Amino acid sequence: MTYALEIDHLHKIYDNGFEALKGISLKVNQGDFFALLGPNGAGKSTTLGVVSSLVNKTKGSVKVFGYDLDTQMSQAKCLMGVVPQEFNFNMFEKVHDVVVQQAGYYGIPRDEAIRRTEQLLKQLSLWDKRDDASRTLSGGMKRRLMIARALVHRPKLLILDEPTAGVDIELRRSMWEFLTRINEQGTTIILTTHYLEEAENLCRNIAIIDQGDIIKNSPMGELLKTINTETIVLELHEPLVKVPQVEGYRLLLVSDTHIEVTLNQGQDINTVFVALTVAGIKVTSMRNKTNRLEELFVNLVTSNKTDLQGVSA
Amino acid sequence: MSSYEIYIAYLTIVRKEIRRFMRIWVQTLLPPSIIMVLYFIIFGNLIGSRIGQMGGFDYMQFIVPGLIMMSVITNSYGNVVSSFYSTKYQGSLEEMLVSPMPNWVILAGYVTGGVARGVAVGAIVTSLSLFFTELEVYNLAIIILVVLMTSILFSLGGFVNAVFANSFDDIAIVPTFILTPLTYLGGVFYSIDLLPDFWAGVSQFNPILYMVNAFRYGILGVSDIPVGYALLVISVFIIALFSYCMHLLNTGKGIRK
Repeated sequence: MTYALEIDHLHKIYDNGFEALKGISLKVNQGDFFALLGPNGAGKSTTLGVVSSLVNKTKGSVKVFGYDLDTQMSQAKCLMGVVPQEFNFNMFEKVHDVVVQQAGYYGIPRDEAIRRTEQLLKQLSLWDKRDDASRTLSGGMKRRLMIARALVHRPKLLILDEPTAGVDIELRRSMWEFLTRINEQGTTIILTTHYLEEAENLCRNIAIIDQGDIIKNSPMGELLKTINTETIVLELHEPLVKVPQVEGYRLLLVSDTHIEVTLNQGQDINTVFVALTVAGIKVTSMRNKTNRLEELFVNLVTSNKTDLQGVSA
Repeated sequence: MSSYEIYIAYLTIVRKEIRRFMRIWVQTLLPPSIIMVLYFIIFGNLIGSRIGQMGGFDYMQFIVPGLIMMSVITNSYGNVVSSFYSTKYQGSLEEMLVSPMPNWVILAGYVTGGVARGVAVGAIVTSLSLFFTELEVYNLAIIILVVLMTSILFSLGGFVNAVFANSFDDIAIVPTFILTPLTYLGGVFYSIDLLPDFWAGVSQFNPILYMVNAFRYGILGVSDIPVGYALLVISVFIIALFSYCMHLLNTGKGIRK
């Protein structure tokens, strides 16, 4: 089977001796929407940097749709579009020219490049800004410009390094819709993000990288099933002085109008509601204390840190 | 990439580079023109009229080829070093590095941009010089060849400088401390026959001497250096610098992490 991306024992040691990647291996299926998560400095951007050939690897191999980055770099690059974390276009160029030029670098004739640019700028609501210098765009528009630029050569694999960083929620949601649409049309997407809600909503498979190692790699659904506990916050209609006890459940009064309920795997919330109703307590709303994936992510990274400390001790 | 796609990628860089220096013509085309007019007035008219003849020609006629070459050298170098460094500094170099275009196309595109500016400024300066003196064309082929080779050579030099530069100060160091002294000592304003033997010998190590003299030969038909030898020296420098630039690009030195 040909994977959209196949990374095998990838090592990266920087000139200063820092080992950013410790032999990671990863496979991303064609058509997947894949999340690569990890804390700052974990190796996400280095991994994507090696894949997009902006970072020289120390050892290991990378294949894009079966094309080896060492021996078939041109074919591999033709199939990839990259949206980096930092804005990296010429700030003095017009929005339109940034995209047309990128198409030119991929050998797309100018007429066709102009046609595709118009299409993408319209899709990403940038058409009105086409003649503006790119430096005058807002942060969200700059992000969308980088997505348009990455898509102009119609890649089969789109790599997005924190595409929604600093983007307001409305725009973030419209970007999610856009990315979901192109994924449904067949583009494989690899995403890094610090918004775990984003990864949970969009991605089917996930890898968590920490300190240069992949510490988890599984389908999103399976991963979420491993969550043992979930914390729910209940908002109360009237202030409360003492929280009632419910057998088998942990209830905590965090403010006079908020109770935190910790549910273990298999426990239902109905029992708590019944107990609260009997006690005459009216609940006006409820929400998860944190995103489920966030909870899991923090647990995994923390336990990885503890394991490593144990090894080094 | 097919040959046609490579050609389009090359044209894209060339178009971008030419558009860049044309867009900021007040910074790129106007200053060298004003500086050269001042040279013509001060060195050619005011001082030159007291110097008399040099190499069998009016002093003004003698220095014009050197001044044209000086413009070509500084502008082809300056174009590539500032453009490529800005691209690197802003991060937009990554646009090219992630694309499938071969490294030599990137180099060729920037060098062509440098040649275009060098030739454009050379043509402007030549036109302006006609207000001050008469220029004859002794050998058009040599003129074209020398201008192209010189601008290629210094565009490659600018590229190397840009790769190693870590700040905008770094892109000014080489032009200020190396290029300008070499140009002034490269026979622009005098014939090396005027120098004592020792210094005439030392001058032979200055590559700009060969370019200035080869170009002067194309216009006036006189040169301190045999023209064939001058062209050979320039060719050797081009090959050496091109190979070095390709090595830098292929290894990612100063470009990739």
